[in-house]
Amino acid sequence: MIDEMTSILEVDNLVKYFPIRKGILGRVVGYVRAVDGVSFSIRENETFSLVGESGSGKTTIARCVLGLLKPTSGKIFFMGKDVTRLSKEEAKWYRRNVQAVFQNPFLSLNPRMKVEDIVAEPLKVHYKDMPKEEVKKHVYELLEKVGLTADLAKRSPYDLSGGQAQRVAIARAVILKPKLIVLDEPTSALDVSVQAQILNLLVDLKNELKLSYLMISHDLSVVRYISDWVAVMYLGKIVELAPTEELFEKPLHPYTQALLSSVPEPDPYLMRKKKRIVLRGEPPSAVNPPPGCRLHPRCPYATEVCGKIEPKLVEYERDHWVACHLYARK
Amino acid sequence: MIALEDLKTTFRLIRRNPVSLTGLVIVLAFFAVGVTAPYILPYPEDAWGEVYHLEKRFLPPSLEHPFGTDEMGRDVFSRVLLGARFSLIIAVGVVGLALLIGIPVGLIAGYLGGRIGTALMRVTDMFLAFPPLLLAIALAATLGRGLTNTIIALAISWWPWYARLVYVQVNSIKSLPYVDAAKIVGLSPLAIMFKHVLPNALTPVTVQAALDMGSAILEAAGLSFLGVGVKPPTPEWGLLVTEGWTSINVAWWISLFPGLAILVTVLGFNLLADALREASDPRLRRILLVSGRV
Repeated sequence: MIDEMTSILEVDNLVKYFPIRKGILGRVVGYVRAVDGVSFSIRENETFSLVGESGSGKTTIARCVLGLLKPTSGKIFFMGKDVTRLSKEEAKWYRRNVQAVFQNPFLSLNPRMKVEDIVAEPLKVHYKDMPKEEVKKHVYELLEKVGLTADLAKRSPYDLSGGQAQRVAIARAVILKPKLIVLDEPTSALDVSVQAQILNLLVDLKNELKLSYLMISHDLSVVRYISDWVAVMYLGKIVELAPTEELFEKPLHPYTQALLSSVPEPDPYLMRKKKRIVLRGEPPSAVNPPPGCRLHPRCPYATEVCGKIEPKLVEYERDHWVACHLYARK
Repeated sequence: MIALEDLKTTFRLIRRNPVSLTGLVIVLAFFAVGVTAPYILPYPEDAWGEVYHLEKRFLPPSLEHPFGTDEMGRDVFSRVLLGARFSLIIAVGVVGLALLIGIPVGLIAGYLGGRIGTALMRVTDMFLAFPPLLLAIALAATLGRGLTNTIIALAISWWPWYARLVYVQVNSIKSLPYVDAAKIVGLSPLAIMFKHVLPNALTPVTVQAALDMGSAILEAAGLSFLGVGVKPPTPEWGLLVTEGWTSINVAWWISLFPGLAILVTVLGFNLLADALREASDPRLRRILLVSGRV
């Protein structure tokens, strides 16, 4: 869907089911369909965001990309290589090139290690022969680059503020000069005042180091600020995918419209003009997703066909993809 | 080295709290006496228990015999001093051996999980199904009396508790984001296990081990008291209490002083364990250091 030549990460029909086991024998009684056939690709030096409620499967996709989960089916290509079957050498290459920043820096940093050791660890794993002095030089340069003073290097993560700790996590993620960084809600555990600083740091690093980001978030203003592309997920599927401004200005899918209309509007004039689209009820469980379009029991525009046939993700306008019968009929 | 700095900070925190400091002093004194006992005894032959002084039976505490003498005329003070050595060997031996079995079992079961993990934990549960002291008594009785057998019997009834503790810790730590981060960085499973999982899982184990040093002394004394522990005339504290028990009406000091020694030592280990618990929690430590509450 995006030009393959320049794409750095290609996710092709990714499926991840988690078996539900019961009893002492661990009989499988059902599956949680966390991710159910998702495809997208990320171009070099661009930010691709996955948005959706909790349970929509966005974090599962991130964990599959990071190799922390094995996909049930489907393929993930990184620079043309299938990452679900890498040789030992290729796996090291993949690790060097794909890193991650997690939501809560206090949980993603080992509390028993000092800041400089945390940041140095990737170098020690991938460049075992690098002299200690050089490792130290790299670490201190990088700490400065992410906006930390050298005196913090000897501290433990618990002595830092949330923003400082997230900077340490970012330093650890970029020290190997990766090509892709998975950002799993990188700002949602931080104070609002700190969020902007961290986002700006991420944008600066992206431009300077030619990084690509796969960002997972439910914070739409953060997504709009940082992304080039946005995919909206609902119950394990992408329902709409478009360039950021296009998606925010002209949302097509009813779910996207509802999601965007839930963002509070600070301008009272615009507020009155704004159309509120409210979905009925709660998202159904991913164990038994509704037949047809997964949104149809909650959708204000649902027709008969929505409960029977599952809409395909089609390119409604150039680069603007949507999975909804409202647009398929045209 | 972070471990060294950890120790320094821990010591700083203990020093600020008189209760913790008392615990540390008692434990250090216990270790010091335990190590040096054979060389500082006023009556070495009495201590080892090979001699009789029938003319000095049941002497009450005096300057010459601070803790009095027992029914064979032996100096109770010397025997209690030497008893510290046996209690120290028992405490270190039992806890050390139990840790040596329990930590690897818990770590492997917790980190690998799956069939191996389940199998290991079911074996652990089998041991946990017995009341620990009863298991120790049965083992000690089967193995026969003696210092080594006492240590083995106690350690066998003890390791499952460490295995369980480490297992629970490892199980919760292995799903924390910093372990994911280590995987993403590219560390091998073994490196993750020893560098990221184990050090963080050991915090409660250290505390429990300090606490258990006291309990091991207490249980060993119990075994001796029941007649399945250390062989007489070894001056083990539990045995000393037993020896004085029959003549408690005429000579209270024979049982009282070794009893007090057990009490003080166990209390010391308990106080120290409590201090370690506070100091070893990174979050709690930060609060304590910043607020200067202690």
